[in-house]
Amino acid sequence: MISIRNVSKWYGEFQALAKCSTEVSKGEVVVICGPSGSGKSTLIKCVNGLELFQEGEIWVDGISVADRKTDLPKLRSRVGMVFQHFELFPHLTILDNVTLAQCRVLGRSKKQAAEKAVQLLEMVGLVEQKPKFPAQLSGGQQQRVAIARALAMDPVAMLFDEPTSALDPEMINEVLDVMVRLAQFGMTMLVVTHEMGFAKRVADRVIFMDRGEIVEDRPKQPFFEKPETERARQFLSKILTH
Amino acid sequence: MNFDWSSIPGALPILWQGMIVTLEITLVGVLFGILIGTLLAMLRLSPNRLWSWLSAAYVTVFRSIPLVMVLFWFHLILVPLVAGLLFPGKRLELGLLTALTAFSLFEASYYAEIIRAGILSVTKGQFHAGLALGMNRGQVMRVVILPQALRRMVPLLLTQAIILFQDSTLVYVINLDDFFRKAYNIGNTVGTLNELILFAGAVYLVICTLASGCVRQLHRKLTVLPVK
Repeated sequence: MISIRNVSKWYGEFQALAKCSTEVSKGEVVVICGPSGSGKSTLIKCVNGLELFQEGEIWVDGISVADRKTDLPKLRSRVGMVFQHFELFPHLTILDNVTLAQCRVLGRSKKQAAEKAVQLLEMVGLVEQKPKFPAQLSGGQQQRVAIARALAMDPVAMLFDEPTSALDPEMINEVLDVMVRLAQFGMTMLVVTHEMGFAKRVADRVIFMDRGEIVEDRPKQPFFEKPETERARQFLSKILTH
Repeated sequence: MNFDWSSIPGALPILWQGMIVTLEITLVGVLFGILIGTLLAMLRLSPNRLWSWLSAAYVTVFRSIPLVMVLFWFHLILVPLVAGLLFPGKRLELGLLTALTAFSLFEASYYAEIIRAGILSVTKGQFHAGLALGMNRGQVMRVVILPQALRRMVPLLLTQAIILFQDSTLVYVINLDDFFRKAYNIGNTVGTLNELILFAGAVYLVICTLASGCVRQLHRKLTVLPVK
């Protein structure tokens, strides 16, 4: 479904990604973790072309992201993305947030889009909030709306960029619960997160990144029980001992 | 010094005609200034270097020339030239048209900077969120960025409109009878110039003070509104 091959990226002199390669198959849940500044977010933003990369290839559902002839908006409409800071559109109601791109990009009618939106808002438990504006919702609620907004496009895969990092602790679980359910439905997911509980529960594989490199890329069981590298061991001991 | 206000009541209908011209210039200047200014701001922010440079050059030129001179040039050269090409041989009344064009193009350079700042105040994350949903750059700009940017800019845009309203008095240099020049002419003819100019000043003062008050109220309302 998602194939990343030898991707490198530089910001001027600074190398943000160094020959990163990995695959995510259909229905697979892959968690990317690593210290801040290790290139995790940059890597998943390359997957839907929000960040450009200078070397390598990324294929999503058989389409090359780096190919200049690729219709990037079309490709992005098929890959959902959830951001650290939710990025709901503050001037639109919750309902309009979820219907906007359905109408503008997929050409659905207002009615069709609203039906889809209501169905998804029900799934994330927020259908009563649909006439409200984002600022009237808590962070956890906003992030659940953001997930519904991405799902409304019927994506073939979902990217999550630290979806719980900006949340107060008591709101993290309501968002993770939605993500766990998605994983159980068989959604293909690439998730940047520090929530190792989530990784242990639903991830198929864990990728550990450091300084722009993919250092480990293994099934979760062996990764958590016996990391191969010293860097991953240190990282895990830092975030798991508290 | 004695004041004789008796000529003012009789002059009101004529002054009102002038006020209509003043309001026309203000409204058209604001409307087209914002339209052209938005276009300039988008060009300035576009990844295309040439567009960006052209827009920057336009803004720099118009912001570096005094408005009076812009009015003169439009009056003496540009508008007669264009009108001569479009309607050769005809004698046209071009005063108002000249003022409207000059003000629209001049104000556009000021609005462009206000709007550019407004667009930049919306975070990159919002842009990414729009793109990630499959919208193209133009759509993201229209339905995500501009509505937020314009909302934040409303007080500044209106303040600029008030300045434009005052600056419209400069059309006296191209012999256009706006409110101020009507007042000046009547005062000159009747011999009560001081009174008429004081009266005109008072009218500008009242209108601008009221308008500024409204903008302040609006600003308060808009900042209370949930922005993020």
